[in-house]
Amino acid sequence: MDKKLTPAVKIEKIHKSFGQLHALNGIDLTIEQGEFFGLLGPNGAGKSTLINILAGLLKPTQGKVAIMGHDVVDNYQAARMSLGVVPQELVFDPFFNVREMLRFQAGYFGRGRENDAWVDEVIENLGLTDKAQTNMRKLSGGMKRRALIAQALVHKPPVIVLDEPTAGVDVELRQMLWAFIKKLNNDGHTIILTTHYLEEAETLCERVAMMKQGKIVALDTTSNLLSKLPGKNLRLTLGQASLPSTLLPMLKNGENGIFTLALTELNQIEFALSELRKANISVQDMQLIEADLEDVFMSLVGEKAGGEKSDVQIHLGDA
Amino acid sequence: MNLIDNLISPQWRGTYTLFKKELFRFWRVAFQTVASPVLTSLLYLLIFSHVLENHVQVYKDVPYKAFLIPGLIMMSLLQNAFANSSSSLVQSKIMGSIVFVLLTPISYAQFFIAFLAAAIIRGFLVGFSIYFVAIWFVDLSIVHPLWIFVFALLGSALLGTFGIIAGIWSDKFDQMAAFQNFVIMPLTFLSGVFYSIHSLPPFWQAVSKFNPFFYMIDGFRYGFFGQSDISPWLSFVVVLSFLLGLAWLALKMLKSGYKLRA
Repeated sequence: MDKKLTPAVKIEKIHKSFGQLHALNGIDLTIEQGEFFGLLGPNGAGKSTLINILAGLLKPTQGKVAIMGHDVVDNYQAARMSLGVVPQELVFDPFFNVREMLRFQAGYFGRGRENDAWVDEVIENLGLTDKAQTNMRKLSGGMKRRALIAQALVHKPPVIVLDEPTAGVDVELRQMLWAFIKKLNNDGHTIILTTHYLEEAETLCERVAMMKQGKIVALDTTSNLLSKLPGKNLRLTLGQASLPSTLLPMLKNGENGIFTLALTELNQIEFALSELRKANISVQDMQLIEADLEDVFMSLVGEKAGGEKSDVQIHLGDA
Repeated sequence: MNLIDNLISPQWRGTYTLFKKELFRFWRVAFQTVASPVLTSLLYLLIFSHVLENHVQVYKDVPYKAFLIPGLIMMSLLQNAFANSSSSLVQSKIMGSIVFVLLTPISYAQFFIAFLAAAIIRGFLVGFSIYFVAIWFVDLSIVHPLWIFVFALLGSALLGTFGIIAGIWSDKFDQMAAFQNFVIMPLTFLSGVFYSIHSLPPFWQAVSKFNPFFYMIDGFRYGFFGQSDISPWLSFVVVLSFLLGLAWLALKMLKSGYKLRA
């Protein structure tokens, strides 16, 4: 990456307090141009507060934030021109259809009719062509989500923040949005993503920051973070039987007869199986699973992140 | 509007777009925002003029029905200017769509100008509509058209500004309705829409002079008849002072991000 380029986002010693609550406690973070960056953390970690400060929706109590070199307070107009934000909530203006709303949004950024071709391109890329004349009220949740993404793109911002863009959308739409966001990144846009889905962060993000209680507890490339945990997980399906007490120190989680053990070395598999044999428990199924970002998260944060883990997605809780 | 789009410089295009969006917003529901206040005013005219025509003579040579019309026009103009900015702001705050404007480079002053201009346009549109319908029924003179325009402009700007303040302050429709029902409505009804304050006892005449709506309506009426309860110049100074005071407050609230940017 070219070190001479102005950082896409530079956050210096940001603090934010709401009365006695310190939502952010001295965040320092630099995101380079062209990065695909993930911001992860459980409820109340401060992700949304940080994004709202980037967007100018909240004022920092202390510290500085610059977007493409423009301070978000002192030079807010240039900073906002450089930033597109997809809010987490499905908000919309009920008076207008999709195309009208997008043209208004482009107009707020000083774009005129010359921008209409780009608006139509965004509409097409997001699969909204059939709904372009439809009032926002009449769109499904998934379509509203697409329209929100389109709204963040109409002024061609170099930096795009997506706050939980795939929350509550079906698998097909999620895949489509991933592909579209990847394309934006390939076209040179800097992407900052907060997500519930760790699988999403693993797949998309080159670098990840993990937040807890207003602080960044981990900041590294996704591959480095994953390599910090060489261990694997052993998932055992035992049916009605309970886990022998000798294996409880290794237990990560267990319910409905399925137990996941955290392994630091592979020879622990033999130990686990021998303990099961001693207890006369038969194994119905067994899987060896690579450590994932949730394991990294749990090892750093020291708590379960706050949701259900499945083969498809790992839920971290609301941002 | 395409021609205007092209003429506006990019740094003012955001303001113009927000203004245009606010115009389209109320025009999409024109039955509610324009036709309904026109009908209400005509019903007031019909009922009050029928009941009081032979009992009340406020100004010499001015029938009560004619006296009533400027007051009704101004009352609706003021109420609708207030409703435009306040309801749009409260609605977009509650729906969350205000974020689409807050994320943009539009400055606090440009935000104010756009909402204010849309409120003035709606006030004028309602006022003109009532006038054009009313002159089918009543012979209405215009003695000083410039005073009519000046008071219509200042009045709609004042109430549009007040609407911005109320819209920023209110967190729910109930609070905004309280502004309308407990502030705007009593002040308009007690401002001389239906009577001259000279018909009131001295105490209530003195109280009426603390009501800024009285000056707006009295000055506006002077433009039609060349007669008023007080000098139009005094009304002009009072209304302009109130407008500047409220505009200062609204701009201060917007600049600080009060209830919009924490």
